[in-house]
Amino acid sequence: MDARCCNDFSRSKLLRRAAAEAGRGLPSIEPGMPLPAGTGLTRQRFLLGSAGLALGLYGLNGLRPEAIEAGVARAAAGPANPVFVSIFLEGGADRLSALYPASDPLYRSLRPKLALDGAAGPVFAEDSRLHWHPGLVPLSRLHAQGKVSVLPAVGYTDADQSHFTSRHYWEVGATDAQLSTGWLGRYLDVAGAPDNPLQGLSLDGELSPTLATAHVPVAAIDAPASYSLDVQNVWGDVETRMLETIRELGVRLGGDDPARSLAGTVQVQAHRLHEQLEPFSGGNPPVPYPGGTFADQLSSLAALIGAGLPLRCVSLSAPGGYDTHSGQPAALADGLTQTATTLEAFQADLEARGVADRVIVHVWSEFGRRVEENGSSGTDHGAAGIGFVIGTRVKGQMIGQHLDLQNGIDDEGNLVATADFRGLYCAILEQWFDQDASAIIPGAGGFTRPQVIA
Amino acid sequence: MSPPVYSGTFGAREAERLLWRAGFGPRPGEAASLAALGLNGAVASLLATGKDKLKGPKPKDGRGHGLSPNDAWGHDHLWWLDRMVRTSKPLVERMTLIWHDWFATSNNGVNSQKLMLGQNETLRRLALGSFRDLLLAVTSDPAMLLWLSGAENTKDAPNENYGRELMELFTLGADRPGGYSETDVREQARSLTGWTYQWKHSGPTKFRYDPSRHDPGTKTVFGRTGTWDWFDAPRLCLEHPNHASFFVQKLWSYFVPTDPDAPTRSALEQLYTSGGYQIAPVVGAILKHPDLYTGPSMVKPPVVYTAGLLRALNRSIDTSDWVWLDEQAGQQLFYPPNVAGWDDSRWLDTASFRGRWYAAATALGKTSLDPGRNAGKLPADETQLLDRAIASVGSPTVEDGARTLLLDFGRNALADADADWKLQTYPVLIYNAMRQLLLALPEAQTC
Repeated sequence: MDARCCNDFSRSKLLRRAAAEAGRGLPSIEPGMPLPAGTGLTRQRFLLGSAGLALGLYGLNGLRPEAIEAGVARAAAGPANPVFVSIFLEGGADRLSALYPASDPLYRSLRPKLALDGAAGPVFAEDSRLHWHPGLVPLSRLHAQGKVSVLPAVGYTDADQSHFTSRHYWEVGATDAQLSTGWLGRYLDVAGAPDNPLQGLSLDGELSPTLATAHVPVAAIDAPASYSLDVQNVWGDVETRMLETIRELGVRLGGDDPARSLAGTVQVQAHRLHEQLEPFSGGNPPVPYPGGTFADQLSSLAALIGAGLPLRCVSLSAPGGYDTHSGQPAALADGLTQTATTLEAFQADLEARGVADRVIVHVWSEFGRRVEENGSSGTDHGAAGIGFVIGTRVKGQMIGQHLDLQNGIDDEGNLVATADFRGLYCAILEQWFDQDASAIIPGAGGFTRPQVIA
Repeated sequence: MSPPVYSGTFGAREAERLLWRAGFGPRPGEAASLAALGLNGAVASLLATGKDKLKGPKPKDGRGHGLSPNDAWGHDHLWWLDRMVRTSKPLVERMTLIWHDWFATSNNGVNSQKLMLGQNETLRRLALGSFRDLLLAVTSDPAMLLWLSGAENTKDAPNENYGRELMELFTLGADRPGGYSETDVREQARSLTGWTYQWKHSGPTKFRYDPSRHDPGTKTVFGRTGTWDWFDAPRLCLEHPNHASFFVQKLWSYFVPTDPDAPTRSALEQLYTSGGYQIAPVVGAILKHPDLYTGPSMVKPPVVYTAGLLRALNRSIDTSDWVWLDEQAGQQLFYPPNVAGWDDSRWLDTASFRGRWYAAATALGKTSLDPGRNAGKLPADETQLLDRAIASVGSPTVEDGARTLLLDFGRNALADADADWKLQTYPVLIYNAMRQLLLALPEAQTC
């Protein structure tokens, strides 16, 4: 177990994992703890041949998997939809480090060990009291190009400080423990197709609760989005011939013997999978990416969007652990650096593929952290946190404001929210998807919409 | 009546199958030398007792350091894989693997590589001895006591976990006519009470039987009443009328994929019970049975496949990659998926195939030829290239069908060379690819 995680966090992760495995018997969830949206939806494995994707399908509601190839083709033939990518910083990322008020006296006195020096990170151009965390320099570059809207204190009043509950609120788009569909899932239920699971795509291997629907199918990438069979010192024509021979050997040498025939069949399937996944393995993205799973996921995603597949809402987790109860400086720097450098590459990739105007990215976390540091070079759970919306089409202007800590801390020592996540969701639905938010977000009428899209 | 014995040709091909089924495949030349002993001599040599001499360089992790199997993550797997590669007693090592699957204990529940290796040593020591001794040793084994809650089973709070699996998975089988009842499970749990251990900062230690935690009352198991304890509980199972048939059927299934016929079955059961639960005579009879040589083939378990690659290539353990490669191929040692062991029906699918493919690629990596440095040094002739490739992977038997397809591959790939540099380099690439294909053939995944 990661020593940086609090017990509540680790346990809720376990609970979620178990809950996601529908039918395996749900763990006992403590009173008051919400079930993740989508709990109990059955999963069906499916190889989408036309897209070359091994998928886990959710919410088929009696739809035959065979109908899906046709549904995807139909959706792909229609007008290109805007795409929304939701990226989760898991654990509660520290806003006062991500964007830090270098010369605020309370910042320095409440964070004697953790406070970053003014010279450490570049000044935030929209509010010179703030500096970017050094790991977020790639985002500051995108910001300078007008491609990032920053939410310096996003949250909701009376924030719940349980990872499990607060994350659930963000996922379902309401402070409602009972809601069992995700906010993007409800959008797809209204605007999506009955037979195109790619419209809601989870890249982390299992259904993201954010995408849990009630009526229409959604999907999770089941296998890695590539199936490479590389061999050292075999390439070019010879590699192509070798891979064909795998198939030939499988077809011709199976025979009557059951074990041999199984081995042959598997070789044929392996060859087929390799062929089908080849286009999207992100093998040759037009721009360089840093390494890592997150980079693989986003470069594959850019390839899928570039290939014209009918995606609308996509969800995945960022690298790093943000539940920094101890050892915060190194852990946070690591996570933010990996996340921001990859996001910058992804943005460049989308632009190189000519699809950047169709995509925006939202980066969020379930809460921020306590203003005052704890005794182990870390911080405990807080309230308002950091958020970013990224893309060529975003307005590139702060949403909400930064308050000096003198005025910006609540009774519990946490940051006061200056933007509500539900207002942001309403704005995304209305300005990006052209969708009336009142059908999607409970109490939508009561939230102020920031201008997200230019 | 004794079980039938195979009387057909016992040549290199049969010896090769025997070495895969009863061990981890041949080292170069080993099949021929085993064949020279004849069937009886070959099986006798596999069963021969004596000290195991490990041949070849000692195992190293990827940084050139020796292994710390008790502590370092993955080194337990590497340590055992190394024994499989270097052993001079392949059948003992293979039986140890069979017992690891039979009494499947996972470090996921035990959380101590040291205790897992302790159990492994017990399984190896008793691998071809008496099943009664083995079962008693497993019943009191610290890793097993943790894994199936034996050490939490006390007279005040009986825990049925071990008592149930002892019968269901280890000795009798579930839902068979004349089997055990739920009352037997509860009574066996009471018999098995009394084991405990202490917690030290280093982990659980001092596993012992504490009479004050044992339920001393009378228990009735399979209709037999007595003040049974942990020593009696396994014995009662061995004496149950369903045990011998369970034992024979299960042991047979590790070596032969089809069921034994009725006469074979009863002959093996008799061999087992009349021999006082000795394992070696039954294994010997199975290894000589005609079904092993004339029947269909079996999928090689992933670690058997991997160990076999290394044996054939005379390569020692010099990287930690084998841990994740075997995990991808579906078998990380000391981590069976559950107490029922590995599900061998899942050993070949697209995911595990890729694990095997990369295991082969990794095994061959060190001896693959660099096309830059070897340009122009290999013949542009598919037959010569294939023969060289076969010799370089330990000269396994390659059937005619595979040979034809590999030659087609070589010929077509050579014909692609439409420039001088290609004429120089393609033979090298083709040689490398042929080696890879030889190790991934359907006949190389099976035995």
